[in-house]
Amino acid sequence: MPLQPRPGLRESATFDRHVIHEIQRAAETGIYDIRGWGAKRLLPNFDDLVFLGASMSRYPLEGYRERCATDVTLGTRSAKKPLHLKIPVTIAGMSFGALSAQAKEALGRGATEMGTSTTTGDGGMTPEERHHSQHLVYQYLPSRYGMNPDDLRRADAIEIVLGQGAKPGGGGMLLGQKISDRVAEMRTLPKGIDQRSACRHPDWTGPDDLTIKIEELREITDWEKPIYVKVGASRTYYDVALAVKAGADVIVVDGMQGGTGATQDVFIEHVGIPTLPALRQAVEALNELGMHRKVQLIVSGGIRSGADVAKALAMGADAVSIGTAALIALGCNSPKWQSDYEKLGSAAGFYDDYQDGTDPAGIATQDEKLAARLDPVQGGRRLANYLRVLTLEVQTLARACGKSHVLNLEPEDLAALTIEAAAMAKIPLAGTDWIPGIATRGV
Amino acid sequence: MNVIDLSQTTVRELNHALHQLEPTDPGPRWVVREPRGAHAIACGLRVPVTVEIEGHAGYYCAGMNQFATVRVAGNVGVGVAENMMSGFVHVHGNASQSAGATAHGGMLVIDGDASARCGISMKGVDIVVKGSVGHMSGFMAQAGNLVVCGDAGEALGDSIYEARIFVRGKVKDLGADCVEKPMEPEHFSLLKTLLERAGSEAQPEEFRRYGSARRLYRFHIDHAGQY
Repeated sequence: MPLQPRPGLRESATFDRHVIHEIQRAAETGIYDIRGWGAKRLLPNFDDLVFLGASMSRYPLEGYRERCATDVTLGTRSAKKPLHLKIPVTIAGMSFGALSAQAKEALGRGATEMGTSTTTGDGGMTPEERHHSQHLVYQYLPSRYGMNPDDLRRADAIEIVLGQGAKPGGGGMLLGQKISDRVAEMRTLPKGIDQRSACRHPDWTGPDDLTIKIEELREITDWEKPIYVKVGASRTYYDVALAVKAGADVIVVDGMQGGTGATQDVFIEHVGIPTLPALRQAVEALNELGMHRKVQLIVSGGIRSGADVAKALAMGADAVSIGTAALIALGCNSPKWQSDYEKLGSAAGFYDDYQDGTDPAGIATQDEKLAARLDPVQGGRRLANYLRVLTLEVQTLARACGKSHVLNLEPEDLAALTIEAAAMAKIPLAGTDWIPGIATRGV
Repeated sequence: MNVIDLSQTTVRELNHALHQLEPTDPGPRWVVREPRGAHAIACGLRVPVTVEIEGHAGYYCAGMNQFATVRVAGNVGVGVAENMMSGFVHVHGNASQSAGATAHGGMLVIDGDASARCGISMKGVDIVVKGSVGHMSGFMAQAGNLVVCGDAGEALGDSIYEARIFVRGKVKDLGADCVEKPMEPEHFSLLKTLLERAGSEAQPEEFRRYGSARRLYRFHIDHAGQY
């Protein structure tokens, strides 16, 4: 039971119980906190925006009757075979290694049922993942663990990863307890060691080199595959502009709420910018280059609901990507495993120790007994259900704004509830035409 | 023999033609003239064909090679034979940075010098450099053999895993967790084979061996200062 302070006791806002615990933990262990999940601090987010439903000047579409399309095509700029997805919600890159084979299979099954894509991660592509994923995006990461040209050709798209929202500028880590025989073999590493994934690519640096790297990947795959470039949100405007200049077909921007399998807490909470301003900066860069909708934009980092998806699309994204929410849909943090969470000193709804390999839900683990807890068929169905709900919610909101396609949502359908969100998203504060930093009418 | 003149033909046309070859009957060798430093020449090959490039090649020449033999009668840019899986790549001149980066298999021979990060994150390839290599060579090298007949620059083998590094000349300094190790009989034998395949006249007895001390395989706070 949490301690209830008695009247007269005052908790320090500077040194609150969490801070005191962390200082004491650091003094005890001599090592910083490593955990999974994304930023837990409160950040300006899509909840700070609302839709302006149809009214006198706009008329809505009839719910359940009038068509509201949801499909999206990714990679139209240069690829011979762009990806045509039925819904604008994709599954983000998560590695086999960080996740169990069953979890990867479940993600593939769920995404396939809904006609969308899933993504590999550090460590390469597993045959199960390829088999169960109709549309599979193959990540091209700095470590190049498990990277091989056959899988490159087997993929439906290639995602060059420069960073992720949980740790822009940081590499990855997979602690020894998750380096099973199979993971070790795929990564050409000894079993059981703490494995480090490099933070920058081994054979290119900077946008000019990236141009040449993209050209190489296109040559190897005979210009068939869409090539994505994924960046962690930090200097997003410039990163997106440079990625477009380098020839990317699709840009993926991952905000700081984006999840991770294992990263230092100090990195997760203190590096990068939230998804909201990152998305706006990305769209600005694309518009400035005349490439909005020509180079597609996927945004990720803290997407939870159809409302989040719809707002992201209205701000200019072509699709969103989900990671943490997809794992929750599979069963992560389910009350079903409460007693097991308690044994680990955690609780359902709080568990974030993906790095330990002891995930009671059997998702972020390589322990065979734990992994067997997740039925990939049932997990896939749960994910498909969740994606179905997201899609219905987006359609509901789009129809309310009079849109016959969810990609027709636009910034003027939105209003901001807070000054921070108005400034970051460059959406007027509700009931005003004021955007902080931008001159208003009559001024 | 097929002759392609890159002053008249694009790299795309060349690679497309090479990608159409049948694995069981790849046909005669290909000669590439006037490469003029073009990038991604002969990358993504997957059949046992021979490609001879008469001049300098740019970035990622023979990238992700499988089974093919690629010879470059000149210098190469960044990332020659990057992520090679199998086959044989021979550079008669010098190589820029990240030669053989992340390569899983096959053999890369560089007659001249290789710049920084030669063999970075290598995963099983055999690399023989008849000249010297630049700084951070063998960085995070996981598996395979890096043989340097000349000298090695700063931080050789930094954060190395299970790859083996052999150097005949001077080593400016070693990177984190990289140490000199004794040459055992199997290393002389291995080195002899590698040198012979590379066409080097260097003798195994002239080399020193370097590898991982394996102190950094499990993170420990007492080792943090080594990074």
